[in-house]
Amino acid sequence: MSALTREETEALIQEVLEVYPEKAKKDRAKHLAVNDQSIEQSKKCITSNRKSLPGVMTIRGCAYAGSKGVVWGPIKDMIHISHGPVGCGQYSRAGRRNYYVGTTGVNTFGTMNFTSDFQEKDIVFGGDKKLAKLIGEIEQLFPLNKGISVQSECPIGLIGDDIEAVSKKAAAEFNKPVVPVRCEGFRGVSQSLGHHIANDAIRDWVLPRREGKAFEGTPYDVAVIGDYNIGGDAWSSRILLEEMGLRVVAQWSGDGTIAEMEKTPYVKVNLIHCYRSMNYIARHMEEKYSIPWMEYNFFGPTKVAESLRAIAALFDDKIKEGAERVIAKYQPLMQAVIDKYKPRLEGKRVMLYVGGLRPRHVIGAYEDLGMEVVGTGYEFGHNDDYDRTIKDMGNATLIYDDVTGFEFEEFVKRVKPDLVGSGIKEKFIFQKMGVPFRQMHSWDYSGPYHGYDGFAIFARDMDMTLNNPCWSKITAPWLKQAEPEAAKKAA
Amino acid sequence: MALRQCAIYGKGGIGKSTTTQNLVAALAESGKKVMIVGCDPKADSTRLILHSKAQNSVMELAAEAGSVEDLELEDVLSVGYGGIKCVESGGPEPGVGCAGRGVITAINFLEEEGAYDDELDFVFYDVLGDVVCGGFAMPIRENKAQEIYIVCSGEMMAMYAANNIAKGIVKYANSGSVRLAGLICNSRQTDREDELIEALARMLGTQMIHFIPRANSVQHAEIRRMTVIEFDPTNKQADEYRALANKIVNNTKFVIPTPITMDELEALLMEFGIMEVEDESIIGKKASELAAA
Repeated sequence: MSALTREETEALIQEVLEVYPEKAKKDRAKHLAVNDQSIEQSKKCITSNRKSLPGVMTIRGCAYAGSKGVVWGPIKDMIHISHGPVGCGQYSRAGRRNYYVGTTGVNTFGTMNFTSDFQEKDIVFGGDKKLAKLIGEIEQLFPLNKGISVQSECPIGLIGDDIEAVSKKAAAEFNKPVVPVRCEGFRGVSQSLGHHIANDAIRDWVLPRREGKAFEGTPYDVAVIGDYNIGGDAWSSRILLEEMGLRVVAQWSGDGTIAEMEKTPYVKVNLIHCYRSMNYIARHMEEKYSIPWMEYNFFGPTKVAESLRAIAALFDDKIKEGAERVIAKYQPLMQAVIDKYKPRLEGKRVMLYVGGLRPRHVIGAYEDLGMEVVGTGYEFGHNDDYDRTIKDMGNATLIYDDVTGFEFEEFVKRVKPDLVGSGIKEKFIFQKMGVPFRQMHSWDYSGPYHGYDGFAIFARDMDMTLNNPCWSKITAPWLKQAEPEAAKKAA
Repeated sequence: MALRQCAIYGKGGIGKSTTTQNLVAALAESGKKVMIVGCDPKADSTRLILHSKAQNSVMELAAEAGSVEDLELEDVLSVGYGGIKCVESGGPEPGVGCAGRGVITAINFLEEEGAYDDELDFVFYDVLGDVVCGGFAMPIRENKAQEIYIVCSGEMMAMYAANNIAKGIVKYANSGSVRLAGLICNSRQTDREDELIEALARMLGTQMIHFIPRANSVQHAEIRRMTVIEFDPTNKQADEYRALANKIVNNTKFVIPTPITMDELEALLMEFGIMEVEDESIIGKKASELAAA
């Protein structure tokens, strides 16, 4: 099926909106747009970061998810306490596939769940004493931890526990950072506020810790910020930066440590991959420590090469040469990947619905394989995300913000993409509709997808999903019964 | 006789606990089987019946035992004067935790454990002054108290609070069976207090069920941690509580209240001379500005 024209896409949006009651229709209309690359400011065509309407089956998370699940959770040598009832911690444990090196339970704690397991009495009488006791027990049982963060669940904010006082006391007692994070789930409209709160906690409780202390720097020190090392993403990114001659001082926060975070104010440049979740801290470091920051994109060889050159441009000729050397080294390898998969994927159309940076960042990787992204949207993006997206998406493509279950299904039915990339909750719906699907939050238990090494895996995964023979074998039972008769008639 | 569940609300410090305990003592004296459930973290709703400082509360005992599921009914239930059963929900120290949740947990526990048995004639909930959150509205939710009595006096803030409580009752009355059963005027000896409260009651669509005059004998009994009924049954004040008890036993006037607006309340207070007619020209003016004018 050929691409929709601008008029057709507009008509499609109107048709999908038609079923809503008047008020919901008016609200949702603001979140759906037909892309127009000539628009400079996305606020002219799309509204984002607004409260989801009840009943629309939003895919969003909460502030706790944004702080514990995204920003803090991957810092491997700290213990992150899910402070409140047990469920939030248990259901956010290890699901995001933030890989790390270390011995779990000894010097790293990434896949473990630490919780204060609130009971009725803790709600009624407050949980401060329990928290203090829990921190003490952690120190006894896991003495090699390098610090503790207290991730607030909803009740903490409701009953007004003073976790700051407990944290300060414990930090002094154990001579370790103990960071209170006020990321109660009911705050904000999505996980996005949780990212911001987590960034603020790092700003207030982590970055000042090594101010004025000795640091042996080099002119080539950088920090990788906003790479959560999902399936090893940060590792396949880091090697490229190191190969071109840079020194990666800190990795935030995938496979990261608190020591790296503390040293970040000494780097020359902050390199931001996930802008949405970490732009706050980058801006803070720019203001306070005069560290410039830039966004980069390590999905697909075109964007990787572009980014490597842009990063190198901030340094001297040695690094610039290094970048060219790295690009030249991987170019034949990438060409081989493209030669193998492009013929199998060329012209295929993709619809995405993810969070953070991916709704725009992976577009280039698909384009390297000859594919086209015809619809994209953010779970919890803001308008600065859409500003960037408009330029990356083709004209007349669909853009949807905080898309509802209904809208997403209808769009897919009508646009008929060859592949949908979204999360676990969407996966089985689309697979049952017979549409090839990849989880683009967790890479469907695969990865890494970042960097040159990641692209080879990305290309293979897209091919094996899209060209899987199973799709031709999916026929609804009622259609199956009709088949023999149709066959008879034909005969 | 079917069990009647009543809740006593009113502004903080108005005398809810004292009134409730004297009233309940009068009911017990007349042979009624009564239970008091204190819904205030201060846990001072049963001291006059039990002659104790503060009863061990449900939440306190639950915290000691581990959880509320570890408690038995007899652990939390004490019996005092006239066979009155006493329970305190209890809660945290001021400034920590969630007292409202304590009330919810304690009342759920009493229900599940079958504290409201067939032999009881009355349950009285003595609730914290201000209905600050959902927890303190627990006693008036469905299947709990059906009758609400508001203790008030002729003071402006007490009447203001009474009107606010009436608003809260309307919310739950529309979805359940809770009704306003009357205002109990606990006199502060303001001018024309009985007429004023009767007028307020009329505007709220209810009645002033009884006017309790101020009497030192209540305090004399209270320092001995007793009700007047028990301390000095022949005292005139004891008869006042007996009269109130009798009126409540025979009360049939249960209404969905018609709360009034702030303007209407102010008009009422002005009519009775409690509030001066507002002089708009002085609002927001400093003393120095008024002197200059």
